[in-house]
Amino acid sequence: MNATPLEVLLFGAAPYAALALFFVGTIVRYRTRPFTYSSLSTQFLENKRHFWAQVPFHYGVLTVLAGHLVAFLLPDAILWWNARPLRLYALEVTGLAAAALTLVGLVNIVVRRARHRMVRASTSAMDWVVYALLLVQVTSGMDLAVSKTWGSSWFASVVSPYLWSLAKFSPEPDRIAALPFVFKMHVVGLWAILGVFPFTRLVHVLVVPNPYLWRRPQVARWYGVRRQARA
Amino acid sequence: MDVRSQVSMVFHLDKCIGCHTCSIACKNIWTDRKGTEYMWWNNVETKPGTGYPTKWEDQEAYRGGWTLGPDGQLRLRSTDKRRTVTNIFHNPSMPSMDDYYEPWTYDYSNLFDAPEGADQPVARPVSMVTGEPIEVKAGPNWDDDLGGSPVYAANDPNLDALSPEQRLQMQSIERLVFFYLPRICNHCLNPSCVASCPSGALYKRGEDGIVLLDQTRCRGWRACVAACPYKKTYYNWQTGKSEKCILCFPRLETGQAPACFHSCVGRIRYLGVLLYDADKIPAVARSRDEDLIDAQRDMILDPHDPAVVEAALRNGIDPSVVDAAQRSPVYRFVKTWGIALPPHIEFRTLPMLFYVPPLLPVMSAKKDGAVRNASDDLFADVEDARAPIAYLARLLGAGNEGKVRAALRKQWAVRLHRRATTVGDVDRATADRALRETGCTAEEADEIYRLTALCTFEDRFVIPPMHREEAIEMLEDPHVWKQETGFGFRAGPKREF
Repeated sequence: MNATPLEVLLFGAAPYAALALFFVGTIVRYRTRPFTYSSLSTQFLENKRHFWAQVPFHYGVLTVLAGHLVAFLLPDAILWWNARPLRLYALEVTGLAAAALTLVGLVNIVVRRARHRMVRASTSAMDWVVYALLLVQVTSGMDLAVSKTWGSSWFASVVSPYLWSLAKFSPEPDRIAALPFVFKMHVVGLWAILGVFPFTRLVHVLVVPNPYLWRRPQVARWYGVRRQARA
Repeated sequence: MDVRSQVSMVFHLDKCIGCHTCSIACKNIWTDRKGTEYMWWNNVETKPGTGYPTKWEDQEAYRGGWTLGPDGQLRLRSTDKRRTVTNIFHNPSMPSMDDYYEPWTYDYSNLFDAPEGADQPVARPVSMVTGEPIEVKAGPNWDDDLGGSPVYAANDPNLDALSPEQRLQMQSIERLVFFYLPRICNHCLNPSCVASCPSGALYKRGEDGIVLLDQTRCRGWRACVAACPYKKTYYNWQTGKSEKCILCFPRLETGQAPACFHSCVGRIRYLGVLLYDADKIPAVARSRDEDLIDAQRDMILDPHDPAVVEAALRNGIDPSVVDAAQRSPVYRFVKTWGIALPPHIEFRTLPMLFYVPPLLPVMSAKKDGAVRNASDDLFADVEDARAPIAYLARLLGAGNEGKVRAALRKQWAVRLHRRATTVGDVDRATADRALRETGCTAEEADEIYRLTALCTFEDRFVIPPMHREEAIEMLEDPHVWKQETGFGFRAGPKREF
């Protein structure tokens, strides 16, 4: 099926605009506003529901993203894995469970933000934009997983080539144009999230506690060059 | 021997009048910004009392500081490398604002703008977090002076050290007792906040040991808030970063005492350099509870010892800093006289702020109701002091009563000695016996008296030159920036996103 002009825009041009925004935005923000490179935690303001919001959401979304990444990078491996029905079911159930965990966490996040007066007061407009986009993304993804079986296989055979076509700078929007509406929504949602990424709390994804796992417990800083401290 | 210098502190609790001038000086300079209203880098709490945040000393609840594992190794109570990863999304040891208090102001404009009516307009309390009217339930120093209160004082975690009878006694009106405990960051030698930080944003300044938090490196994971057993790192809910006492380093670098020290009305605060052997930190921090105080004192080196001076100079410590260490009032209180003790050293962070325990009303109501100020057995009064030694030992001696008793007896002997000298109602022989029994000479007693009672600014604050000018030369060539002063941009601690 040939893509309409709008579809060419959304699936052929928008990805590049979003990726450009993503890379330029995150780098410029890191260099000019390093102070803002984190999420604004509200655990200090509300400590109980925070657990049921953040923990399911983060573990769920990390699993889901890891699945998407593997299917994008190693589509053949996914197809090989899915060749046996039992393995296919296991993968689909795991993915759906992780998505459900994400949704539970996300709903808790939104409800907590909306209901707790102090948390609400420290929520910005961009935070609400992020939650709206994530809600659309998670629900559309779950809808696909349930109604358009088997997602893991056709992701590997249809979507992965599309993403690779983008990576090779010869976009093939036709591949997406043939897919159902909910899926198109899911793809547009991705570009939207990547596009707003540098201007939201999402940048915290890019800063992980990396040196901590290898460094000594105590840290000393000396003027100029001096020894490092130990425990 | 790895000699390092540490700007250290002594607070003389016998002189603290609980006026909170220190807290106000600190707040006006550092924590009157949005997001920091609830923070008191310097606070003064009433003891016995629950403190700030509520019951901060209860590490079963807050899980701060270090514990000694069965293998003799130190572990953070709140986190470790593995748990930092698994708990990164929700810190299970994090206190919440409820443990401190919700800051508020008053709707003053209503006093002017209220429409005309039958009633006088009032200024309602308004939350500084949400801007909405709130009902105030707790605030800074909510338990101020409530020494005998069954709601506050009775919940002091240190009272665990007492028998039920003793606890009851402390609430009886005749024996009611309280004192003040001013607290700032202890700038520890084995800081658990530094060790817990996933970002490596917290660090100890090599030259002077001040513990600082790099605001740009901080990613707001809050591990330090949970890990500090003194709860002296605070989360700024507005910027999403943690903050802490900086020992007014910009003031120290210009030769001024920190604001809380400078403003202290009771002149209870002393600041000076201690030289210590950093090689010993791991071993000292792993000592048994009863040995901790002695181990920490051993680690502090004699700045008059030529071998120490030589090792210090070899380690790059400036001669002017060694000179400051030799004149340090902190060294005298902690090492020479042994009357200043670290708070809760059993948390094993090796705090470098020491407290002289208070000689609380030594005159206590005896059986017949008579009050005497010197009994035949000179030190019976110290043992009988209204605040049980067991209580003070829990707070300042890691449960080691001997250390607190020795510190109190020496102060008591100094009092008797000065009383015999200036008033004469205590006879010389009695005073001399007291001095002898505490192993204190008349000269030493006079010195303690002078540094306690007659101390000037120069006596209390021996601030080493911080050599910031050399530090800057090490980091960047001043010639490069010549004639460019004033150019360049710095971003404030603001979140646009």
